[in-house]
Amino acid sequence: MNPYGPVAIYLCVALAAALLFTFLPGLLGRGKPNPQKQEAYECGVEPTSAVAGRFPVRFYLIAMLFVVFDVEAASLYPWAVQMHALRAFGLIEMVVFVIVIAIGYAYVWKKGGLEWR
Amino acid sequence: MDAVMNAAPLWVVILVKSAVLLLVVVTTFAYAMLFERKILAWMQLRPGPNRVGPWGLLQPAADAAKLILKEDLTPKTADPLIYRLAPFISLLTAFSVYAIIPFGASADGSAWAIGNVNAGILFVMAIASLGIYGISLGGWASGSKFPLLGSVRSTAQMISYELSMSLSFVGVLILAGTTSLDGIVNAQQRWWFLLPQFVGFVIYVITAVAETNRTPFDLVEAETELVGGFHTEYSGLRFGLFFIAEYVNMLTVACIATLLFLGGWNAPFGLGMVPGIVWFIAKVACFMFFYIWLRGTLPRFRYDRLMAFGWKVLLPIATLNLIATAVWVAYWGK
Amino acid sequence: MTMTTPLTPEIVSHEGNSMVLSMGPQHPSTHGVLQLMLEIEGETVAKIDAEIGYLHTGIEKSAENLFWSQAQTVIERMDYLAPESNALCYVLACEKLLGITGEIPERANQIRVLFGELTRLASHCVWLGTHAIDIGAITVFFHCFDLRENILDLQEAAGGARMHPNYMRIGGVNGDLPAGFLDKLDALIEKFPKLMRDLRGLLQANPIFQDRTIDVGILPAEEAVRWSVTGPALRASGIAYDVRKAFPYCGYDQYTFDVPTRTEGDAYARFLVRLDEMEESMRIVAQVRKRLDVPGPVMTSNPKVAAPPKETIALSMEALIHHFKIVSEGFRVPPGDVYHAVESPRGELGYYIVSDGGNRPYRVRTRPPSLYNLQALRGIAPGNFIADLVVMIGSLDPVFGEVDR
Repeated sequence: MNPYGPVAIYLCVALAAALLFTFLPGLLGRGKPNPQKQEAYECGVEPTSAVAGRFPVRFYLIAMLFVVFDVEAASLYPWAVQMHALRAFGLIEMVVFVIVIAIGYAYVWKKGGLEWR
Repeated sequence: MDAVMNAAPLWVVILVKSAVLLLVVVTTFAYAMLFERKILAWMQLRPGPNRVGPWGLLQPAADAAKLILKEDLTPKTADPLIYRLAPFISLLTAFSVYAIIPFGASADGSAWAIGNVNAGILFVMAIASLGIYGISLGGWASGSKFPLLGSVRSTAQMISYELSMSLSFVGVLILAGTTSLDGIVNAQQRWWFLLPQFVGFVIYVITAVAETNRTPFDLVEAETELVGGFHTEYSGLRFGLFFIAEYVNMLTVACIATLLFLGGWNAPFGLGMVPGIVWFIAKVACFMFFYIWLRGTLPRFRYDRLMAFGWKVLLPIATLNLIATAVWVAYWGK
Repeated sequence: MTMTTPLTPEIVSHEGNSMVLSMGPQHPSTHGVLQLMLEIEGETVAKIDAEIGYLHTGIEKSAENLFWSQAQTVIERMDYLAPESNALCYVLACEKLLGITGEIPERANQIRVLFGELTRLASHCVWLGTHAIDIGAITVFFHCFDLRENILDLQEAAGGARMHPNYMRIGGVNGDLPAGFLDKLDALIEKFPKLMRDLRGLLQANPIFQDRTIDVGILPAEEAVRWSVTGPALRASGIAYDVRKAFPYCGYDQYTFDVPTRTEGDAYARFLVRLDEMEESMRIVAQVRKRLDVPGPVMTSNPKVAAPPKETIALSMEALIHHFKIVSEGFRVPPGDVYHAVESPRGELGYYIVSDGGNRPYRVRTRPPSLYNLQALRGIAPGNFIADLVVMIGSLDPVFGEVDR
């Protein structure tokens, strides 16, 4: 059997368990809703305003940076596994790659992309 | 027993194994929680749970019953589908990682795992990244302000620390030359990677605590600032699902630390007469204790410091560590 | 300071990325029932407006309908973390109005100082524990409550109740210290240095704690004076004003103690000042303890305010009638008004009392230090994170029983 076969079977079992847990409260929990209970929580007062749909752009910046650097990490994995075979050649290749990334990193830092205030 | 095992089709055997493993994971979660409450209590001059069953041993069952029977509330401003989907995603991803985690090895070297795949680490990273969806969607779909703030925090925090975490693995991969988890453990028969990859281990531990949202990185929940963070609106079992997911993730992280850095089921100091699975469990338990110890000791970081620490300290150090490892393997490797 | 219009959702423009958030009254770290209306941009507080009054209990009004001595029981409930400070201040103010300040026996004053300082310690214990929890360190809380428990035991031994012993009396204190009290006190004095070392060890040098408190909520000295801030919050800004030194009462001038001050004015400075104060309080307690070996009366013998001793009631008709009068209709206080202040754990606690000559106060007005300290929040909060706001509230240490009265 392909090693991913058992993984698929396990995932099905996990899915079933998670579904069971998700539907259990609907089946067993007592439901006595009233308007006050269904109010969103805001420290005991009626919600003062609607939840803002917009949020500072800073958070999207993080997501963008993440994509860049995570791709970097992902590309390092296959290289890392072959390091024993590649030796100095692999090392030089990787250092060049990391330097390119580091320039981008330094640029982001200098531009204030890593400031959170 | 063997006769039955041989007679049944392979998929039935795997199905049973999977169900048993899940049961073990959930039970371990329940007692990990009790373990945490007891240890914290002793650190805090109090007895801890001691009313339900002898020594509080039935406390997890009582908690489960309570959570299941509680009223299931959905705020009217919430997005009902995503609100219910979020804890499900959290739980499913938390459970999924165990598909490939090996807990020990037979005498012939085959690992005890549901699926012994060669891309083990990649699978772990892929599934762990999905866990963020549960938290960020849950906070966003609640239609309430504190959960929204919590989920925005959590998304930023978890993706930032995930970077350093994946880089901390690279050093181990260079040394082991494989991404399969049992291959990595077998590569540690002489020396645990804790020694050559100490920097990587420290980075891993820090990021692991951050990824599981535990003190001092529990900003996602931060009850004294954001009340309950992303799960403020959740009650009953839906809150329970996030709770289970958090603890199962802690266990996962402890398992990964054991496999990658602490030698897996390899016995230390040549104490080979004790079975490997015992060592595995003992190492995971030590790691869990460390988690609880942190919670009992440290205050919480502030959001901007946390992000700065992740991006400006951990990321460069992790990169330098992997370059140093590569240099070492390139010139002095076998 | 000009009054600004209160923040309501209607008037806040939704330009940019701001959102109005009500933090409190039901929030884990507003130390009771403070409501803060925040306008936040991301997690940064742009504007802040405090709403108080959720714990209004009408104590000042209730006091007007009670005898002079009964009013003390409700007044003690204002600052429920330091009940003895409230009682002491009220009692001292009444004595000043009665003109019997000089008649209070030596030993009564010593016991008052003892409980004034013990209550300060107990209150700072709660402050430290909750402040630490606000910042995320949960263990400190339990160790603080362990220390506080010792003090509550002493209060219970002397006054009969843990939280509100009602032990102070106009004219002295209610009965001498019980047998065995001094041994318990000795035990506490002995183990205090170790407890204090533990508490300091858990937080003081912790880099995360320092990171969360240093340079957070800086309150410059002029600003502090302008907001009428008193107590540890003022002393952390570099002004060594302490009512115990400036206007000594109960013989505080006979004890040697320092007034800890710092100049930084941030949350960490307030933290250090309060910790030092706890040690200074214990220093005073140790000095009082030495004097308590000498027995003596604990209540004035002035028949106008003090009921005759129980033994005499059975023997003398006059004493019985006198006792009956004091219990059933209280005593009368000459018309006039008076202000008296003490140093409560939170700052200058004062009572302005007016008497119309009757057996009940005409007006009891409190100067609650928490209320004035809390005002400073408006000056220091904007521009900071919600997480810092929590640290600031904790470092100002408000008690809402006192703010809302």
